[in-house]
Amino acid sequence: MLRALSISAVAAAAAIGVAFAAGEGGHVEDYPFSFDSPVGAYDMSAVQRGYQVYAEVCASCHAVEHLAYRHLGEEGGPFAAYMVRNHETGEEEMVVRKPEHGGRFVDVTENPYVRAIAQAATISDIDPNTGQPVDRPGRISDKFLPPFPNEIAARAGNGGAYPPDLSVIVLARHGGADYVRALLLGYTMEMDGDLLVNTAFPGGRIAMPPPLTDGRVTYSDGTEATVEQQANDVATFLQWAADPHMEQRKRTGLVVLAFLAVLSGLLYLAYKQVWRGESH
Amino acid sequence: MSGPSTYEPKSGFTRWLDKRLPILRLSHDSFVAYPTPRNLNYWWTFGSMLSLCLVVQIVSGVVLAMHYIPHIDFAFDSVQRIKRDVPYGWLIQPMHAVGASMFFLAVYVHMFRGLYYGSYKAPREVLWILGCLIYALMVVTAFLGYSLPWGQMSFWAATVITNILGALPFVGESIQVWIRGGGAIDQATLNRFFSLHYLLPFVIAGVVALHIWALHEVGQNNPTGVEVKSKADTVPFTPHATIKDLFATSLFVILFAVFMFYMPDALGHADNYIRANPLQTPPEIVPEWYLLPFYAVLRAFDFNIGPIDSKLAGVIAMFASIGVLFVLPWLDTSKVRSMRYRPIAQQCFVIFVAVCIGLGFCGGQNPGRILAPATFSATLNWVEGGEVRQEPVSADSDAGYAEAASAAEQALRGQGAALVASSRTGETTGAARGVFGGTARSQSVSAGTMEELDAAIGEAKTAAAASAPYFIVERRVPFTFTVTRLSQLLTAYYFLFFLVILPVLGLIETPRRVPDTIAKPVTGQAAGAS
Ligand code: HEC
Ligand code: HEM
Repeated sequence: MLRALSISAVAAAAAIGVAFAAGEGGHVEDYPFSFDSPVGAYDMSAVQRGYQVYAEVCASCHAVEHLAYRHLGEEGGPFAAYMVRNHETGEEEMVVRKPEHGGRFVDVTENPYVRAIAQAATISDIDPNTGQPVDRPGRISDKFLPPFPNEIAARAGNGGAYPPDLSVIVLARHGGADYVRALLLGYTMEMDGDLLVNTAFPGGRIAMPPPLTDGRVTYSDGTEATVEQQANDVATFLQWAADPHMEQRKRTGLVVLAFLAVLSGLLYLAYKQVWRGESH
Repeated sequence: MSGPSTYEPKSGFTRWLDKRLPILRLSHDSFVAYPTPRNLNYWWTFGSMLSLCLVVQIVSGVVLAMHYIPHIDFAFDSVQRIKRDVPYGWLIQPMHAVGASMFFLAVYVHMFRGLYYGSYKAPREVLWILGCLIYALMVVTAFLGYSLPWGQMSFWAATVITNILGALPFVGESIQVWIRGGGAIDQATLNRFFSLHYLLPFVIAGVVALHIWALHEVGQNNPTGVEVKSKADTVPFTPHATIKDLFATSLFVILFAVFMFYMPDALGHADNYIRANPLQTPPEIVPEWYLLPFYAVLRAFDFNIGPIDSKLAGVIAMFASIGVLFVLPWLDTSKVRSMRYRPIAQQCFVIFVAVCIGLGFCGGQNPGRILAPATFSATLNWVEGGEVRQEPVSADSDAGYAEAASAAEQALRGQGAALVASSRTGETTGAARGVFGGTARSQSVSAGTMEELDAAIGEAKTAAAASAPYFIVERRVPFTFTVTRLSQLLTAYYFLFFLVILPVLGLIETPRRVPDTIAKPVTGQAAGAS
C-alpha cells in the first residue's frame, strides 16, 4: 500500500508542477516542432530561416540581449560551418550545416558568414587611441545590437508598450515555442482602441502590430514565405536562442541514461547475489 | 549499539595511523561492520540519496558561485551566461536547480518513512529533531537560492516572504528591515542572501554529521519497529546495505537525469525567466513546488482569530506546521512504534499523506478559485412603462443621509410607487425616485461565478433597458467551496493529526500483535504487509 501511495505521491507532485506550467491564457495550438520529442533535434534550416525573420522583421523592435553574434557560428548554432571534402573534385569546401558524417568544424573566429552578419551592425564604442566615442563595424564577440538604447526609448517608439527581449521568451511564457507561434498567427485583424485582437495573447488584446505578412521575407532556400511558415521558423529560432545547448544536452542525456540503466542492472544483480540466502 | 570495534589494521601504515587518528577504524565501524537490521525495505535507502543530493548541491553550487554575480543588474544575465558560455554550464546550472527539487523529493519520502514506522520514538528523539533541523535549514537555503537568479518570481517570492515576517507583533518590522538590509528588496538583500545561501549548506553538512552520529548511537529502526535483540536480527552494513543503497540510489539518479536532461524547466516557473521588475507584480506569485503546502497553510487564514489578525495567524500556522514536527516524539503516545501494527493510525497516516499533497495543490492555485460547482443567482425587478417621479433628499449631516433617503423612499412608496430607489449625489444630498404605474416585471438569472453573474445581469438589463430605467437587483451568493476553504479543511487535519489523533489514538487503539524479534517474522513465518 505504501508503495502505491508513494508512486501516486510522486505523480501528484509532478502533476502540480505541470499544472502550473500549463497556466491559463489564450488559445495556443500544440504544433509538432522537431525539437519536441526527447530525442528531437533542431531543424537547422528552420533555425536559419527563423534567424532571417528575426533579423529582417522582429529586430526593429525586439532585442535578443543574451545572444552574441558568435553564438550563431558555434557548434550547435545555425551558421556553424564545417569543412567537407567534395567527392568529385577532392577539394575541401565550407558548408554551413553539420554534414551527415565527417566534416571538420570551423572555429567561429574563421567563420565568414558569422563575421559578415556581425560586420553589418554598427556598434558605438570608445576609440582606443583618442578615447572619443566612435562607430565601428560589429565584431563576432559583440552582443546583438538592440533596436533601442533602453526601455524608455523602446516604449516611446512603441506607443508606450514594451517589446520584451526575445532571447529567453520561449522559456518565459507558458506554452513556449507553441505560444510564440500561436501569437504570431493569432491576429483576427480587429482593433480594440489602440490594441489588436489576438487569440493567443492572455487578455486577448496586444499592442504589437501583426509583424508578419505573406512574403514579408524572401527565403534564400526557396521555401515559400507564408505567414505560417515564417511563424514556425521564427519560433524555432527563438527556441534555439533560449536553449542553444539542447541538442548537446539531449545527446549527453541519452548516454548518461544508457550508462545508468546498465549500472542499475548490474547493481541489481549484485544486490541479489549479496542477499541470496539472507532472509529479509 | 555497535559493540566493540572489529577493525584490524592490515598494513604497517594503517597500524601507525590507527594509533594516531583512528579515522579508518571509525569508517570501518560506521560503514562496513555496522550492523543493520536485516528487514529494512527500500524506504530506508533514501538517506543515501539525500547524502548524494547534498554533495551534488555543494559541488555544483561552488562551481556556479565562481561565475554567478550577486548584483541586481547582473545576476540574471550571469545565470544566462553560465547556461550559454561557461564550459558545461548548461549541465551544471540545471543540475543545481533540478537538484534542489530532487533533494526535497527525497527528504519528503525520508520524513514520511520516519513518520510511518515511528522512527521518532525513544530512543531516536534527538535523531529525529536533528532531521527536522536539517529540513528547516533546507527550506531556508532553497528559499535564499531561489532569489539568486533575480527573476520575477525570485524577487516577488522574496518580497512576499519578507513581508509576512513583518506581520509578527512588535519585532516584525525590525526583523523585516534586518533581513532585507533596508526597506525594500534590493542590492543589500541579494548580497546577504547569496552569502547565507553559500553558508547554510555547510551548516547542513555539519548537522548531517550529527544526525549520522546519533543514528549510529541508537541504531536504525526497521519496518517492524522492534529493537534489534541479537546478531540474528542484523546483517553487516557492507555489503548488504551498501549494495541495496547503491541500487536504489542509481534508480533515483535515473529520475534525476530524466528531469535534468529532458525537462530542466518543468518544475520551475516561467516567470523566473523574466528579469526582476520591482514595479510590476506578476499575475500569480507562487513558491517552488516543494514549498507549496506551507504556502497553502499561510493563505488558509482569511479570518481573524480574536486579537490575532488573519495575516499573523497564517504566519504562526506556517511556522507551527514545521515546528510541530520537532515535538512529535512527545505527541505520539503509542507504545507500538511501527504503524504496520496500528490499523487505525495507518489509515490516519494515509489520509495525512493525501492531505499534504492536497495542500501542495492548494498552494499552487488561485485561492479564490471555486472547486465545487455553485450557482450564483439574482432576481431583477423592474417596471415596464409607467412614469418616474423624483424627490430630492437632503440631510443635516453626513450620518443622517441614510435616514433621510429612506424617509424619502418611504414617502414615494406611500404615494403608490411600484419601485423606489435613491442615489446619492453629495455628502448630504441625493435624490429618491419612484416609478408609478406600468407593469411590474421580474427575471431571474444564474451563473457559475460572481463575474459571470454580473455579466448576465448586465445582459438582462440591456435587454430590458429600452422600457425601464430602474432595476432592483437581489443577488444571492451561495456558499462557495473555494481553494481557501479546502486549504482550511486540510490545514485543520494537518494539525489534528499531530495534536489530537496521535496523542489520543496511542492511548485507545488496540494494536495488532507485534513480533517478538525482527528475525522471527522474517525467518519463521511469512512477512507481514509492508
Ligand atoms: C513594430 C514593433 C514590433 C515588431 C516588428 C515586432 N514586435 Fe513583438 N512586440 C511589440 C510590442 C510593442 C510588444 C508588447 C505587446 C504588449 O505588451 O501588448 C511585443 C510583444 C511581443 C511578444 C510578447 C508577448 C507576450 O506574451 O508578452 C512576443 C513573443 C513578440 N512580440 C514576438 C515578436 C516576433 C517573433 C516578431 C517578429 C516576427 C515581433 N514580435 C515583431 C512590437 C513589435
Ligand atoms: C542544501 C543545498 C542547496 C539547495 C537546496 C540549493 C538550492 C538552490 C536553488 C533552489 C537555487 C535556484 C536555482 C534556479 O532557479 O536557477 C539555487 C541557486 C544557486 N545556488 Fe544553491 N542550493 C544549495 C546549495 C548551494 C551551495 C553549497 C552553493 C555554493 C557554494 C550554492 C550556490 C548557488 C548559486 C550561485 C545559485 C545561483 C545560480 C542559479 O540560479 O543557478 N547552492 N540554489
